[in-house]
Amino acid sequence: MSFNPNIVGFACQWCTYAGADLAGNLRCKYPPTIKLIKVPCSGSVEPEYILESLARGADGVLVGGCHYGDCHYKDGNYKTSRRMTVLKKMIEDAGFDPRRFRLEWISGAEGKRFAEVVEEFTRELQELGPNPVKEDA
Amino acid sequence: MAEKIKFGFLLAGGCAGCEMALVDMSEKLLDALGHLDVVFWAPTVADVKYKDLEAMEDGYIDLAFVDGMIRNTENEHTVKVLRQKSKTLVAFGACASLGGIAALGDCHSQEELFSQAYKDTFSTDNPDGIYPQPECTWEGKYDLTLPAFTNRVSTIDQLVEVDYFVGGCPPHHDFIAQLVQAIVSGNLPAKGSWLTSGKAVCDICKRNPADHDQKRLPIGEVFRTVDGRPDEDKCLLQQGYICFGPVTQGDCGASCLNVNIPCRGCGGPIPGVRDYGARCVSTITSSLKDDETAEEFVKKFNDMAKFCYRYSYSAGILNQKLTPGK
Ligand code: SF4
Ligand code: SF4
Ligand code: SF4
Repeated sequence: MSFNPNIVGFACQWCTYAGADLAGNLRCKYPPTIKLIKVPCSGSVEPEYILESLARGADGVLVGGCHYGDCHYKDGNYKTSRRMTVLKKMIEDAGFDPRRFRLEWISGAEGKRFAEVVEEFTRELQELGPNPVKEDA
Repeated sequence: MAEKIKFGFLLAGGCAGCEMALVDMSEKLLDALGHLDVVFWAPTVADVKYKDLEAMEDGYIDLAFVDGMIRNTENEHTVKVLRQKSKTLVAFGACASLGGIAALGDCHSQEELFSQAYKDTFSTDNPDGIYPQPECTWEGKYDLTLPAFTNRVSTIDQLVEVDYFVGGCPPHHDFIAQLVQAIVSGNLPAKGSWLTSGKAVCDICKRNPADHDQKRLPIGEVFRTVDGRPDEDKCLLQQGYICFGPVTQGDCGASCLNVNIPCRGCGGPIPGVRDYGARCVSTITSSLKDDETAEEFVKKFNDMAKFCYRYSYSAGILNQKLTPGK
């Protein structure tokens, strides 16, 4: 049952993306399950992108932003947080497992944390199994 | 005078409210009828049968409207036939374009829907729990059939190609009058478009803070419509009454706001929106003051999917892929 989840990651260029870079520099080990998309700010991740990823069969979606107070655009991440709280509920009420969707604050200095999050999320998704909407699942 | 436009109207899985709205054009409809030759209008208005439609040549009808969504095998069949017989096909109203209210049924299993409709409702007297069957034989000799329930609700364009979309539950009659005028004069945009003004409800709404030199402020408290009576003049969203006016097309003339009710999105999404519910979440939450208000919002509205996709569940990006009722 070794299933390799396919995770789509939206990473803010100022923090989580830099954190992923650092994870590489530090030679942290984490599973090759995540495909990162660099975005200007986690606040620019429209809920539509997340639904599109899940509808097209991503097993999980990770949105990574800066810690509170650290947003390059002052309050982008606060908006992300509110958005994701409501989006999660909407997805869940529609009958989709909200555990496939995760929001994390990871700074550019937290390379290790990035690796840990990917590892943990991968393990959780392995337990959940493939995304049920995947055509070939 | 130019030749009359051969016009057809089909009620698929809708409630006929859209057809009523067309009739509500009153004198304007009479004017329009001067240009229209109604060759098909079933099963509601004209005395034509499905078999008459089937007998028509392909492309015989110049312009056809469908109201209602696809909910059973009859809808599937007639919409396919109508598409074949029509040069231009318009998905007319929220149900046809987006799924409409009935599409919320996809949040439930078929068993739940049937037991609600045919067993549990207090006015239903059905002790044996008999459900409608697509086929049965009566007295051992008569084979009877009924249209079968489809697995899920679909919009018209999920089944056949649609040339134009019109929102509204139902579309406002003034708007239909403009629309019919545009069609009669041949003044139509590119195929696949929505036939609308492209303006949001907020653009039309008299309460828009921008029209009163007021800034939009973060919302600190969220209310449901049952929680109290909002100020009749101020923006409802600003008062904490969640209103989807910012992301909805306003061809209704902001009808709900005119009677102190928040917009729930029947006009369909403004141009550029791929998923109505997701954009509601995005827009509304950006107006909320902080995480606590977002939590309060989630707590107050116990079914966020039904709330945000009230008229557009079938058109949601993810929803069509989910198994109805889980
Ligand atoms: S859009 Fe509204 S009025 Fe039109 S058929 Fe559907 S439910 Fe009825
Ligand atoms: S949010 Fe609602 S009440 Fe406020 S301006 Fe827009 S449509 Fe009007
Ligand atoms: S205000 Fe919104 S819900 Fe009301 S009629 Fe207009 S579009 Fe429909």
